[in-house]
Amino acid sequence: MSDLETFRRETRAWLEANCPPEMRRPMTSENDTYWGGRNAKFSSEPQRVWFERMRDKGWTVPDWPKEYGGGGLDRAEHKVLREEMAAMGARSPLSSFGIWMLGPALLKYGNEAQKKEHLPKIAAGLIRWCQGYSEPNAGSDLASLQTRAESDGDDYIITGQKIWTSYANYADWIFCLVRTDPTAKKHDGISFILFDMASKGVSTKPILLISGYSPFCETFFDNVRVPKSHVVGTVNRGWDVAKYLLQHERAMISGMGERGVGRPLGQVAADSVGTDEQGRLEDAMLRSQISTFEIDEAALGAAAERAVDLAKAGQSHPAFSSAMKYYGTELNKRRHEILMSAGGIDALEWESERSRGGARPRAWLRTKANSIEGGTSEVMLGIVAKRILDLPGA
Amino acid sequence: MPLVLTEEQSMLRDSARGLISDKAPVSHLRGLRDSKDATGFSRDLWKAFAEMGFSGLLVPENFGGSGLGCVEAGVVMEEIGRTLMPSPFLSTAVLAVSALSRGGSEAQKSAHLPGIADGSLLAALAIDEGAKHRPLQTKLQAVRSGNGFKLNGAKALVVDGHTADLLIVAGRTGGAAGERSGLTLFLVDLKANGVAIERTVMVDAHNAARIEFANVEVDADHVLGEVDQGAALLDGVLNIGRGAVASEMVGLSEEVFSRTVSYLKERKQFGKLIGEFQALQHRAAQLYIDIEITRAAVLKALQTLDGDFDRASAAVAVAKARAGTTATLAVQEGVQMHGGMGMTDQFDIGFFMKRARVCQELFGDSNYHADQLARMKSY
Ligand SMILES: Cc1cc2nc3c(=O)[nH]c(=O)nc-3n(C[C@H](O)[C@H](O)[C@H](O)COP(=O)(O)OP(=O)(O)OC[C@H]3O[C@@H](n4cnc5c(N)ncnc54)[C@H](O)[C@@H]3O)c2cc1C
Repeated sequence: MSDLETFRRETRAWLEANCPPEMRRPMTSENDTYWGGRNAKFSSEPQRVWFERMRDKGWTVPDWPKEYGGGGLDRAEHKVLREEMAAMGARSPLSSFGIWMLGPALLKYGNEAQKKEHLPKIAAGLIRWCQGYSEPNAGSDLASLQTRAESDGDDYIITGQKIWTSYANYADWIFCLVRTDPTAKKHDGISFILFDMASKGVSTKPILLISGYSPFCETFFDNVRVPKSHVVGTVNRGWDVAKYLLQHERAMISGMGERGVGRPLGQVAADSVGTDEQGRLEDAMLRSQISTFEIDEAALGAAAERAVDLAKAGQSHPAFSSAMKYYGTELNKRRHEILMSAGGIDALEWESERSRGGARPRAWLRTKANSIEGGTSEVMLGIVAKRILDLPGA
Repeated sequence: MPLVLTEEQSMLRDSARGLISDKAPVSHLRGLRDSKDATGFSRDLWKAFAEMGFSGLLVPENFGGSGLGCVEAGVVMEEIGRTLMPSPFLSTAVLAVSALSRGGSEAQKSAHLPGIADGSLLAALAIDEGAKHRPLQTKLQAVRSGNGFKLNGAKALVVDGHTADLLIVAGRTGGAAGERSGLTLFLVDLKANGVAIERTVMVDAHNAARIEFANVEVDADHVLGEVDQGAALLDGVLNIGRGAVASEMVGLSEEVFSRTVSYLKERKQFGKLIGEFQALQHRAAQLYIDIEITRAAVLKALQTLDGDFDRASAAVAVAKARAGTTATLAVQEGVQMHGGMGMTDQFDIGFFMKRARVCQELFGDSNYHADQLARMKSY
């Protein structure tokens, strides 16, 4: 038996023994997962048990080096772990911007002190991070951001406003883009900096969304003092770090559909619209939408797998994550349109107990942000057109 | 199994591409079409194919082939798709070989496989009877007679039917149209009494034929596989064919797409390259993404056919359905973005559009496979 097969067998056995049954059910909302942080609370005992067991194995970040709290798995082993978790429907033990976005950027651009300081805390869910990129006048055109960082001895003094900062009101620390050289060309004067949200001068104000939730905020910085040693990478070269992080964010968002997978769409639809004598959905058009959707979903799954294999073979294009982000998010929106359509009148309930607080329509509305957050679909297509297809023009 | 080609597979691709782009660019097909060539493909080229081992790619080594798999067949099909080279590769080297090696007796294999591998024997699969691909709707009658069977009925869209030496024919030895049981596959000599062949000139200028069978006698030892149990064998052969056609469509899509992107970079209107217009950039980017995703799905299906044959149906349905819609979009966008040039016969783009339509129809269009997938998943 190959090492990998042994690893698979042992992993499966370990997961079987350690993943509580409650943690094998499909998530119904973002609260069904643990987000960590200074003020975090577990929503249930099984959630705590599952998190702690995974953390102790380094499997909140299976592919990070062991010295930073990771599991030290190589790519193939990591893939096996993901497959085995997916096979039993195991939830992710920890959801975190630190894992998905900041961690990879620190591993590549951080100095040793920064890695030692932050990575193990991310792995252990001790610090919850938020992302300070967008500003009221810098969305798709992110590099036009205006938040200033002025030099004052060993510190910077940061002033400005961010917007759409997800979970800023729950976050402990922020990774933030600031302008350190206002005279340079717009991409050349930006730095990537980390600081504590409890610092004096930081305040947040939640924004209510169409889903009825307020997952993000306006964030204000009023003369916030931050040590210069908190800059990641080179001063004024923060754009490189920002872009690298965005690749990870996009890859994460493009896979978001998978994390919520619940019952097969065909069964969900059969429950509400019924089937004919041959077992086919009564609604032929819906049936066709579902199967066409499932074809595209399976194909996207293959493409995601191939993207990893291509990267491993050194054949992938750095902008390919934009292609996956575009397709993954458009597809996830389609999934939720179908779910709404399959649910019919029942899917319209907003507050009843029966509807678990309107879980379905709220999730549907949430997915509309998929093609906006992390860069809009239009921006992704622009990146593909220019960077991959090499089409001309500004 | 990583979803990328191995080094050997890439080498195979390069050598197929070298031969095909050199000897059979789109102008080759155009020439055959314009001269109304009676054979419809180049026998010399087929010989060259055989010499390079392509005709025997799927033939087991002990019968003179190289015993490779569906991924390799797909690699060659994709190159064929790039130039639309007409050849008996699909009918003979893919479909007939798969039918013979999966369902044939030792005697049948040794009678036919070596000839296919060396390029001397051509074969064709005769399945469909109606306007749409519905293998279970087979009505062609095969009634017992003497030591064998007597065939009566007709087949449409027999790819390469008029140039084949050997036909593999699906007939009904039992059951009614629509049922799985009662299907049987037969090996029929094209020169047998009662076989009438009419070459159908098709939109894509590739070979196809209508074939009628009037009291055609076949021996019992010409039954391929088991009597009445042909459906499973047929499913397998068709799945391989679907994977192959899907690969051809990936090659075709990619070729039209790359011609289109080049055009966007050279054609000027309003004092700009048309590729500077964002409306076109975004459509080009969407098409690129579509093609990449389809490519992955097709490779996945081919690898599954090689690795876990009995469980490949869903992956194959996904691949064929995706390849069909992607190729359709690719040729439509190709013509549209070429503007008036795209509508001219002088320009090659139209050839791709025509071939895409035929490939979409072969062995089930995207709707057919969406329906199959829904059945597999019971809804
Ligand atoms: C749920 C959610 C969570 C988010 N979380 C965070 C976060 O944690 N931290 C953070 O910093 N930001 C966050 N964002 C912000 C997000 O990154 C921005 O909303 C996004 O980049 C788009 O910017 P914008 O909203 O200013 O839209 P705009 O840039 O104003 O875009 C408006 C429209 O114009 C189109 N458009 C813009 N430029 C072009 C162009 N060049 N070509 C074609 N079309 C164009 C866009 O595609 C869009 O359709 C979040 C957003 C959402 C929805």
